[in-house]
Amino acid sequence: MSLLDVRDLSVRFDTDDGTVHAVDRLSFTLEEREVLGVVGESGCGKSVSAMSLLQLLPETAHVTGSAQFDGLDLIAAPTSKLRDIRGRKIAFVFQEPMTSLNPSFRIGNQLGEVLQRHLGLSKKAARKRSIELLDLVRIPAPERRINEYPHQLSGGMRQRVMIAIALACDPAILIADEPTTALDVTIQAGILDLMRDIRERLGTAIVLITHNLGVVADIADRVIVMYAGRKVEEAPVRELYAHPQHPYTIGLLGAIPRPGAADEQGRLREIPGRVPSLSELPLACAFAPRCPRADEVTRSQVPELAEVRPSHLVACFHPGRNGDRP
Amino acid sequence: MSYAETTPIAINPRARRRRLLRKRFLRRPLAVVGLAVALAFILVAIFAPWIAPYSPSETDFNATLAPPFTEGHILGTDELGRDMLSRLIWGSRASIQAGVLAAALAMLIAVPIGIVAGYYRGWIDPVIARATDVLLAFPFLILAVGLAAILGPSLTNATIAIGLGAVPGLIRVARGEALGLREEDYVRAAVANGASDFAILGRHVLPNMGSTLIVQGTILIPAAIIGEAVLSFLGLGVQPPTPSWGVMLSDAQSYVSEAPRLAIFPGLAIFFCSLSFNLLGDGLRDVLDPRTTR
Amino acid sequence: MGGFLLRKVGAALIVLVLASMLVFIGVRAIPGDPAIALGAENRDPAVLAAVRHKYGLDKPLPVQYVNWVSLAVRGDLGRDQRELSVSETIVQRLPITLELAGLAILVGSFIGIIAGVLAAVRRGKPEDYAATSVALVGLSVPHFWLGIVMIIYFAVKLNWLPAGGYVPFSENPIQNLEHMLMPAIVLGTGLSAVLMRQMRSSMLSAMGADYVRTARAKGLPERSVIGKHALRNSLITVTTVIGLQLGALISGAVITEQIFVIPGFGRLTIDAVNQRDYTLLQGVVLVAAAGYVIVNLLVDVVYSLLNPRIRIAGANR
Repeated sequence: MSLLDVRDLSVRFDTDDGTVHAVDRLSFTLEEREVLGVVGESGCGKSVSAMSLLQLLPETAHVTGSAQFDGLDLIAAPTSKLRDIRGRKIAFVFQEPMTSLNPSFRIGNQLGEVLQRHLGLSKKAARKRSIELLDLVRIPAPERRINEYPHQLSGGMRQRVMIAIALACDPAILIADEPTTALDVTIQAGILDLMRDIRERLGTAIVLITHNLGVVADIADRVIVMYAGRKVEEAPVRELYAHPQHPYTIGLLGAIPRPGAADEQGRLREIPGRVPSLSELPLACAFAPRCPRADEVTRSQVPELAEVRPSHLVACFHPGRNGDRP
Repeated sequence: MSYAETTPIAINPRARRRRLLRKRFLRRPLAVVGLAVALAFILVAIFAPWIAPYSPSETDFNATLAPPFTEGHILGTDELGRDMLSRLIWGSRASIQAGVLAAALAMLIAVPIGIVAGYYRGWIDPVIARATDVLLAFPFLILAVGLAAILGPSLTNATIAIGLGAVPGLIRVARGEALGLREEDYVRAAVANGASDFAILGRHVLPNMGSTLIVQGTILIPAAIIGEAVLSFLGLGVQPPTPSWGVMLSDAQSYVSEAPRLAIFPGLAIFFCSLSFNLLGDGLRDVLDPRTTR
Repeated sequence: MGGFLLRKVGAALIVLVLASMLVFIGVRAIPGDPAIALGAENRDPAVLAAVRHKYGLDKPLPVQYVNWVSLAVRGDLGRDQRELSVSETIVQRLPITLELAGLAILVGSFIGIIAGVLAAVRRGKPEDYAATSVALVGLSVPHFWLGIVMIIYFAVKLNWLPAGGYVPFSENPIQNLEHMLMPAIVLGTGLSAVLMRQMRSSMLSAMGADYVRTARAKGLPERSVIGKHALRNSLITVTTVIGLQLGALISGAVITEQIFVIPGFGRLTIDAVNQRDYTLLQGVVLVAAAGYVIVNLLVDVVYSLLNPRIRIAGANR
């Protein structure tokens, strides 16, 4: 039995300018101790799907589908039940460390909150545990830091504090939404190291959302590729990098800066075109306008996921390295 | 903000923006009501001599303190037999004049000073900033009262006093805006391209301050209207026999038990006049600054 | 933080000095010969000359200013038309106005903050529209008219509260409050309207902030998310607004005291202007300005205490 089983998750926003379909029938599973990478461009629906699991979306969002966790459907459950899970069994780390901490309260206070709320620790016990947690995320001099305010910490350290808060109650799942995007490259490596460490030591399952393929290769076990709100490919990480099937994934991998990856004119390979607007969902392959393999079939039907290689799913009419079936 | 200065193409970004703003404004019923009522007051003030049934100073000692719906006097008369309705209508002149002119005066003086301080900085900025601070040590009405006392009681002087009283606060706002705008990329680009100061201020700085200034104006007008009422109430503004809602209120105080309506009507007039401008201001602020959370 | 405070105090002092000069010149600019008023309207030139000499009005302006200031700093603001000590009169009357202002701030803040939070939390629902409308009305109502209307209904027609006058707290606390209730409400109305709108706006902004999202993701109960996280940051903004509104409060007190016939500091200003009592007027306006400057300084201090980013220098990112 998977730790988390998501089926047909769809998220729709009603805005003044019409309906936006942010996520379209997304399904995936997450096993214990697994690191699942969710990859895609900005706006492809990865953050929205993650936030919908904890009902963290604004009221204008309509979520359908199911997400089974620990005998509970996270989508259908009442918010009061969700509150017991948030921060305790499933924890979230957001993208912007600079603004995700409350500027008016000390670090110790913000860490202690979760401990007191979910584990019922006393103030003293919470403080002690908080120092341990700061140490766990490798923040130097934690006894001093615990009394400081967020603005006294650098971005990288704030992100570590966010991770500490997320790990405070030893959750089963840690969802990290672009945890390193707002940070310098050198700091990124440190955060990723930390996450690897966490998985080793605590056995937490991690959902890592990112648009950075390099990060995913580094740390994930399995990868989902999303495009325009839909899952277009899913495979174990090595398999994906060795045998990418979807033209979008192939394009993404080709666009990674690497020695020897440039074309004759010395430029990086791009994927031409732009992500489609999510308010008009055509009854066709969403990637067709940008795809070198597009034809009448892909322009008139929506491709469904199919297993083209062992444990490797792709939603494409012309998958494979060169457009032929592998 | 791009400028379609050389090519007279049909899609002029500024005209399009204006149309958009007008649409958004019209979608807000309260703001439209505010605009309508404010315009109504302005029109009443302008056309008072033709609208009012009587002259405001025409006394009738046979019909003092007549209640409403008396023959010939829909709203009754005051303690000297003067028709209430006419006095209210004529009184709008003082309020609108003071309100609009004082606000205009304040902007005409404060905006250039504020822009100069905020944009040029240098040595002139601290001087202006300190002077403004000193003036701001006196609350707006106290300043106005003081100026009115110095200038002598009259409607014009009251208008000037109110306008000048609002200047320090407005300088601060204008200065703040100019300070922010001078860091904007398009301003720096204009400077780098050798544009003259005048051109920069006129083309880039001033128009972008426009929405803040409009909003400030709509806050100022009701404050000025009330300011005139206060000054007249204290005897420092309009002098008899010129009618003013503030004077009417002051006179009504002695008749509070016999004829409370003498106080209620002018007060309602001030209230609705001020309310309409406030609604208008709120609407404009919502429309012009999409960032304000509603 | 120490250096920050010192700079603020220094700036306040400079402002105060300049303001005193402004007051001095301003009062001298009022038309009319002060000697006439001081000399009990006797226009005999010899008497006038004697009066001028007695009050030092024949000395050059800068000298007069220095004389005045040096005495003022020591607490002596001179004598008014009726030979009463200005400082004493002020000291007598100031606490009354302070009580009025204090009550007004209490009433205004209480109503304004609670209404603002309510409107923000119930945004778009009937409570929000109700609160916002009431605030708009409160802003537009000329409060001196509100005072008169309240007198008409509560004092004259219903006879629940006295129409005016004042009873010292020490004499009879209940009567004191009875007399102060309507004036305090009238004075506090404007403040509560402004506060309500500001609080609503700050709360809405805070509720949409990232750190509130984090608080929710932590599984904290909603009352903690709003009551602890969102509220704290909003209150900080609101304190500055209260400070800014104090000027309006002082002006308001002047008129409120006039209407309710309260022998306070505010009424003193009007009396001084009407009686052309220049010594009194000088003293009164100076004290008002000084008070305002001091209060603003206090507000700055309170704000820096509440806002940790000012109190403690950060890693500056």
